[in-house]
Amino acid sequence: MSKFGLITKGLLKENPTFVLVLGMCPTLATTTSAMNGLEMGLATMFVLILSNIVISLIAPVVPDKVHIPVYIVVIATFVTVLQLLMQAFVPQVYETLGLFIPLIVVNCIVLGRAEAFACKNSVGDSALDGIGIGLGFTLSLTVIGIVREILGSGSLFGWKFIPGDGILAFVMAPGAFLVLGYLMVLFNKLAKR
Amino acid sequence: MALSLTLVCLVCSAVLGVVYAVTSDPIKAAEIAKTNASIARVLPEFDAQPVAESIEVGGSVYNYYRVPETGYAIISTVSGFGGPLSVMVGIGDDGLVCNTVVLSHSETPGLGAKCQTDEAFLGQFKGWDPAAKKLAVTKDGGDVDAITASTITSRAYSAAIANAYNVYLKLRGNE
Repeated sequence: MSKFGLITKGLLKENPTFVLVLGMCPTLATTTSAMNGLEMGLATMFVLILSNIVISLIAPVVPDKVHIPVYIVVIATFVTVLQLLMQAFVPQVYETLGLFIPLIVVNCIVLGRAEAFACKNSVGDSALDGIGIGLGFTLSLTVIGIVREILGSGSLFGWKFIPGDGILAFVMAPGAFLVLGYLMVLFNKLAKR
Repeated sequence: MALSLTLVCLVCSAVLGVVYAVTSDPIKAAEIAKTNASIARVLPEFDAQPVAESIEVGGSVYNYYRVPETGYAIISTVSGFGGPLSVMVGIGDDGLVCNTVVLSHSETPGLGAKCQTDEAFLGQFKGWDPAAKKLAVTKDGGDVDAITASTITSRAYSAAIANAYNVYLKLRGNE
């Protein structure tokens, strides 16, 4: 597969949210606004790229029996590093995303890419795969966030252009499911063409 | 097998140790900055670094900050609609509520969560005299205008301020 293809497949053919349907927990919970979705996506992408690089490096020497624990330790380390860095330098973002940052450890996208890609490919390819899937996740979350924010709060990236309250349901859990479902249909319909 | 797992864990903990050492000071600084920003919002201007203290009133422990010659910033936590609602209440030495600010909450977005931003609701507490006006929503016979469709949150918010006022009375009594 070409280097460019490694990145674009994360956006379209193997889009983690709309095609693989992985990582639904942060997808539904953090996309109350476009900014939250974007921040969550970037945080996951950070962990995904670094864990893909390290796992592709150590995979040849890790015995098969303990490969899952080793991967989890590596992923958890990067998540904790991210958590400390965010707490120190972007405390506001850390506060909004809160619990969902430590939960990246069990995000199946990260372990999924480690198992399905990073452990059998070169460092360079794994990094590109991390970037591709990470971008796909970030874009999907941002799009869901944009739709929910426009419908639910009448604003976009915090810029309010419809006065009043908006349709509250879209900021809450039911709206998350609705928007995700409709966007998934739309995405797959367009991607099939 | 065990060796490689041990090695990985050792390396990872070393990395975490380094990152923790590097970030612990900025994290503390960020927390202090956040507390100071909240105190600055609920009380008039001050220059001295406020000192954190705590007191027990009615079975619960309250953390508060004493700003000399100005007043108290009292942290009052009650149960809101979705979970704990933590409010910092600034009460001046004249016994009037100066301002309030939400520290953390788990209220419904778009409804109860408006207790952080709704000026019509928050504005009424500026200069509130708890000795003269009752801190309860109008539905309960008090003087607080509730946020539309968020009576429980408004009730909790009023209770948080009322609790803070009791703490204030006790603090004044001790002085």
